[in-house]
Amino acid sequence: MRKKRKSISYAKWGYIFILPFFLCYFIFSLIPLVDTVRYSFYEYYRSGIKIVGPNFVGLENYVSLFQSDLFKYTANTLILWIIGFIPQIVIALLLAVWFTDIRMKIHGKQVFKVIMYLPNLIMASAFAMLFFTLFSSGGPINSILLSTGIIKEKIDFMNSVFGTRALVGLMNFLMWFGNTAIMLMAAIMGISVDVIEASEIDGCTKTKRFFHIILPLIRPILAYTLITAIIGGLQMFDVPQILTNGQGTPDRTSFTLIMFLNSHLRSKNYGMAGSLSVYLFVISGILCYITYRISNDNDPDGRKAEEKQRKKEEKKRRKMKHEVK
Amino acid sequence: MKKKIISALLVASMCAGTLAGCGSKPAEEGADAATEATDDAATDDAATDDAATDDAAADDAAATDVAAAPAAADDTGKVINVYSWNDEFRTRVEAVYPEVAETSKDGTVTKLKDGCEIHWIINPNQDGVYQQKLDEALLQQADAADDDKVDLFLSETDYVTKYTDADADVAIPLKDLGINPDVDLADQYDFTKTVASDGNGVQRGSTWQCCPGLLVYRRDIAKDVWGTDDPEEIAKKVSDWDTMKASAEELKAKGYFALAGYADTFRLYGNSISESWVKPGETTVNVDPQIMNWVNNSKEWLDAGYLDKNIKGTFNDDWNKSMGSASKVFAFLLPAWGIDFVLTPNWDGETGAWAVTNPPQAYNWGGSFLHACTGTDNPGHVRDIILAVTATKDNLLKISQDYSDFTNTQSGMAEAAVDDRFKSEFLGGQNPFYYFSPVAQNIKMAPLSSYDQGCVELIQNAFSDYFQGKVDFEKAKENFETAIKERYPEITEVKWPE
Repeated sequence: MRKKRKSISYAKWGYIFILPFFLCYFIFSLIPLVDTVRYSFYEYYRSGIKIVGPNFVGLENYVSLFQSDLFKYTANTLILWIIGFIPQIVIALLLAVWFTDIRMKIHGKQVFKVIMYLPNLIMASAFAMLFFTLFSSGGPINSILLSTGIIKEKIDFMNSVFGTRALVGLMNFLMWFGNTAIMLMAAIMGISVDVIEASEIDGCTKTKRFFHIILPLIRPILAYTLITAIIGGLQMFDVPQILTNGQGTPDRTSFTLIMFLNSHLRSKNYGMAGSLSVYLFVISGILCYITYRISNDNDPDGRKAEEKQRKKEEKKRRKMKHEVK
Repeated sequence: MKKKIISALLVASMCAGTLAGCGSKPAEEGADAATEATDDAATDDAATDDAATDDAAADDAAATDVAAAPAAADDTGKVINVYSWNDEFRTRVEAVYPEVAETSKDGTVTKLKDGCEIHWIINPNQDGVYQQKLDEALLQQADAADDDKVDLFLSETDYVTKYTDADADVAIPLKDLGINPDVDLADQYDFTKTVASDGNGVQRGSTWQCCPGLLVYRRDIAKDVWGTDDPEEIAKKVSDWDTMKASAEELKAKGYFALAGYADTFRLYGNSISESWVKPGETTVNVDPQIMNWVNNSKEWLDAGYLDKNIKGTFNDDWNKSMGSASKVFAFLLPAWGIDFVLTPNWDGETGAWAVTNPPQAYNWGGSFLHACTGTDNPGHVRDIILAVTATKDNLLKISQDYSDFTNTQSGMAEAAVDDRFKSEFLGGQNPFYYFSPVAQNIKMAPLSSYDQGCVELIQNAFSDYFQGKVDFEKAKENFETAIKERYPEITEVKWPE
């Protein structure tokens, strides 16, 4: 009798402590999520101050969604994201490796880390406003270039496809490289010093060390960075919205998916907005799955490959034995 | 036991912590569990009840010469909520509403002498933010507590029809409020009354402003090019579009731009459309030939170098800079508020460098309408404010003098046109009202629809790319169609003129 009493179930407390999260998730995330999907099958918007709907219309919203310039906006979003992401990950990796290299002996690492992170602290919209003013045709960048004689005529940055996209990419790069670099630094510092030291003693070059030791070992964090960046990239909104005044100019070439969503919400069009959100959900799901498969190594120490090789060889040997016989 | 209490506390604080950020989840319609303090019934019929009298009647004589009822008698509320997009209306009320006692330093609350408070709820007009916030409030109006109800709201000419709509019924007809438009507002310009009426001709709003626009030009540039800065002479140079084009050529020869950008002229064309963008009950956008004239002329002028191609749109940094002394822009097309609110703060040269004259085409730009909101618990105060700010000639003249508004009183403006007190130092001693008055008489307001704001904004955006040579004409048309259907899901078709 006594013995039975003594065994305490700690699991109960675990459940109680995670309960608040699930409650919040259920009320504030799951219900709106389900609602979004539900409304995507309804005609439901506001005309002036009169509410139209909700009327069930089946897949009509999806049909008109795919008839719109949806794929153009998807391409825009991905292009804008890639322009920013490639320099971001390259610079971040480079910085992370330098800052964690014991032999480099960089002084004032903390200061640099803070400075790198600073752009991320500025609100994206404020950042975009700043760039808008800097790069406007009468702005300081143009004046400087003109007065130093580098250019003869004002460059209208925001009036060219390349200019606008490059500016958006540049801003996203500046805002996020510090964040990524710090995350990757943490990942690299998690690698045992012995491994790096051993490689050095064995005469491993820096490039080899980077590609064959550091990269494979920080893979999980790299995958995490990639996936969060993809989701963030698909939801790109504030920078192009502010920079182009919500128009995605010129000719809607910097119009992103969330800006498209936003323009539906101007008329409180929950139906179309819902179907667009479902589309976004599916796209990010697919992209994340692909990234996950590529970057997540399910054979980290090569044991599985070895096994395969061995089995193959064994088969061969048996065959040979058989033939000999 | 102790442990249990502590863990319960921990759980509770964690809950509170996680929930703290979730306060304002948007658009929970009907879920407004707000307190419903008192019954609305009392306030509803109070609006029509004019007979009552009260001690507070004294202020009324000053306010109007009309037999209107005193303020406090009808009112059950202590808080008057006013929705607006800037502090312009507040300053007008402070200037002329005799009940005003004082305004808090941050400008959010104005105390009245009888203890009521006006709460100013300001949201910017840009990107439709003001309308979004107002619409939310109007949809909640029936369930809101009395002191949270919208009592008075403002709307601009671009979207006034959305709120005066008879079916929507969010703005109380002035008659039901105790204002007889035929008598009390007889001195107002007719087009302002038409604009503020619903489809059945019932007036549901009133304005203190009338916004005839003029051509505002730089005297030094005029002297340099033509040797004179006399408004009569300049008027001849800009009497219509063709004449102005010839003048633009002369300006160009001296290195000046006739106007800042293509967006500057849009109002003039947009105001003279013959049919509304969307006819009542239809879902087709009709693009008027006048709009296409704007497109063609703007392209021609821009390519010819009469306009500064660096200035895209209005109310942006480049536009503001083009009003400075270093700019090469000869003229702007602005109404009274534009000279006071936009040009004056951007001008950095000597005072008196500008002058006004007749524009190539009569037009109206802007105007803020006051509406009493259905369900208000302060109909008395609301009526008195509307009367004081929009219907009393002396008050309107005071506003004209203090804030340079062109106000909505025909007789008053006729007096101002010849009154030396209305001479403007900024315009080098010129009396702008002398030029405003005839324009105001000639304004024929274009037929409005509730889609105007989107149409006007989006067509300018779409053709902006065309003017700058980024897309061809057909592509610009296509982009407008896409954008307008996105903004208004019920729009099915866009018809272009031949």
